[in-house]
Amino acid sequence: MTHQDVANFAESWGLLFLFSMFVIAIAYAFWPANKEKFTRAANRPLDEE
Amino acid sequence: MTNLSSPPTVSGLAKGLTSFCLGIGILLALFIVAKTTSSPMAFHGYILIIAFTLGIVAILNMGFGNDGKIKAEASPAGIFYNDGVVKAGVIAAAFWGVVGFLVGDIIAWQLAFPALNFDLPWTNFGRMRPLHTSAVIFAFGGNVLITTSFYVVQRTGKTRLFGEIAPWFVFWGYQLFIVLAATGYLLGITQSKEYAEPEWYVDIWLTIVWVTYLLVFLGTLWKRREPHIYVANWFYLAFIVTVAMLHLVNNMAVPISFVEPKSYTLFSGVQDALTQWWYGHNAVGFFLTAGFLGIMYYFVPKRADRPVYSYRLSIVHFWSLIFLYIWAGPHHLHYTALPDWTQTLGMTFSIILWMPSWGGMVNGLMTLSGAWDKLRTDPVLKMLVVSLAFYGMSTFEGPLMAIKAVNSLSHYTDWTVGHVHSGALGWVAYVSFGALYCLFPWLWKREGLYSLKLVNMHFWISTIGIVLYICAMWVSGIMQGLMWRAYDSLGFLEYSFVETVEAMHPYYIIRATGGLLFVIGSLIMVYNLWKTVRGKGDAIPLTQAVPAE
Repeated sequence: MTHQDVANFAESWGLLFLFSMFVIAIAYAFWPANKEKFTRAANRPLDEE
Repeated sequence: MTNLSSPPTVSGLAKGLTSFCLGIGILLALFIVAKTTSSPMAFHGYILIIAFTLGIVAILNMGFGNDGKIKAEASPAGIFYNDGVVKAGVIAAAFWGVVGFLVGDIIAWQLAFPALNFDLPWTNFGRMRPLHTSAVIFAFGGNVLITTSFYVVQRTGKTRLFGEIAPWFVFWGYQLFIVLAATGYLLGITQSKEYAEPEWYVDIWLTIVWVTYLLVFLGTLWKRREPHIYVANWFYLAFIVTVAMLHLVNNMAVPISFVEPKSYTLFSGVQDALTQWWYGHNAVGFFLTAGFLGIMYYFVPKRADRPVYSYRLSIVHFWSLIFLYIWAGPHHLHYTALPDWTQTLGMTFSIILWMPSWGGMVNGLMTLSGAWDKLRTDPVLKMLVVSLAFYGMSTFEGPLMAIKAVNSLSHYTDWTVGHVHSGALGWVAYVSFGALYCLFPWLWKREGLYSLKLVNMHFWISTIGIVLYICAMWVSGIMQGLMWRAYDSLGFLEYSFVETVEAMHPYYIIRATGGLLFVIGSLIMVYNLWKTVRGKGDAIPLTQAVPAE
């Protein structure tokens, strides 16, 4: 395994991995079905104990 | 929801097993004391013997003569929160905060007037500086993080902390780590890694404590009563897991003997440097940022009495922050033997970090939408909001300094020191002060703090202190960098090193004065918190006294 192999891996699969994690996070955050859950979660610190 | 849980009990088996393990610890410490040739390590052995013995007594005493029942009070919702360990934690945090700030200011005066080291090895700048950094980051910051995480994970999960012995073991075990680290530095034990100075045996102890901490946190999440894990807990979890990983990798070392403090790291040369700054920068990213963002996401909404501005943004903020921070470390090694592409990678990721950092700041600040008027009446909220402003400022400055061209001027100068302190004093300490000001009245069930006027005084005195500090370091650092790179017409260096030192002297005095103001502010806070615990004054924030419109 040479330096070039590592660099190629990072530039292709590494990039793909990080970018897909980003897409998954965005999709999760904006998924319409999650909206209500997140609205409730945003109020969580204000809940009575 | 009424009486969802029964009063907590501690099992005899757990008590026996933990005591047995501590007993083995005593034997190991005795072995070290008997065999070592290093008197500082023998001293540490004695500390361990005393600490473990007290630990066994305390554990056997838990629920003794009461069928293993632990004294606990149910919350209005009927949950037996473990507030005892949180109370101990906030006291420890306030104590270590003052110690850490004070040592910092002493070394600031030492830089201006070197005679103040009294020519003693123990008070030498080289030993006092790591004492300062570890005291403020790990003793103050660490106690704030552990304590608030214990509080927040219980409240947002609506359940009692996992385990009875374990949380107390984490608390006292962590204090023991601090004492071993701090006394070790003063006695000359160090492995010379920034923010990771403690030697191998203290590292092993911290690993045991930290893994227990992770288990307590995960166990509490496991038995939570709310289906969704609140975002603050995600930040805390990232902090705990990443710090464990960083600690294990950066401290891989072989001791010269099991009874001597000295060890050799597994890495050498530039690999060692890269591992160290991968660790060092992520200590900033995950200890001083992710963990404190967890505090922000609970305490800012709670104090402002407003929901999180955008929960969606908080999710994107979290995932992008943790996936980006881990790559930024190489910016500490610009223009070194590190390969160029690695330096560029560190620089690039640092610049990309602008996005999640500012996303988080905006989310915190906008949480005050519709509640901005509270800044006039609640100085605690003011402290929390200013902490976010400093967070925004220092996370703007950091990526700027990570750009190679800027770094060629800023590196190794006081500008770096100023940058660190705008983040540490302005962001980390202020958000911690805000959390402490919230927690003391909540935990001791007081109407409010002893005096909001004193909070305001603390706020202004320490803010002036921070401004003096960072402005002095900007001027001094940029001047220093410019003097180092100044050439005369014949191509010789224009200034000798000592000329730069002389030129920086006035700024060192301004910096030390700013630091003194910060120490005074923290003493005012401790007085205020002490009076709050004693139930004096009971000042009620105006926002609570006036009925809602």
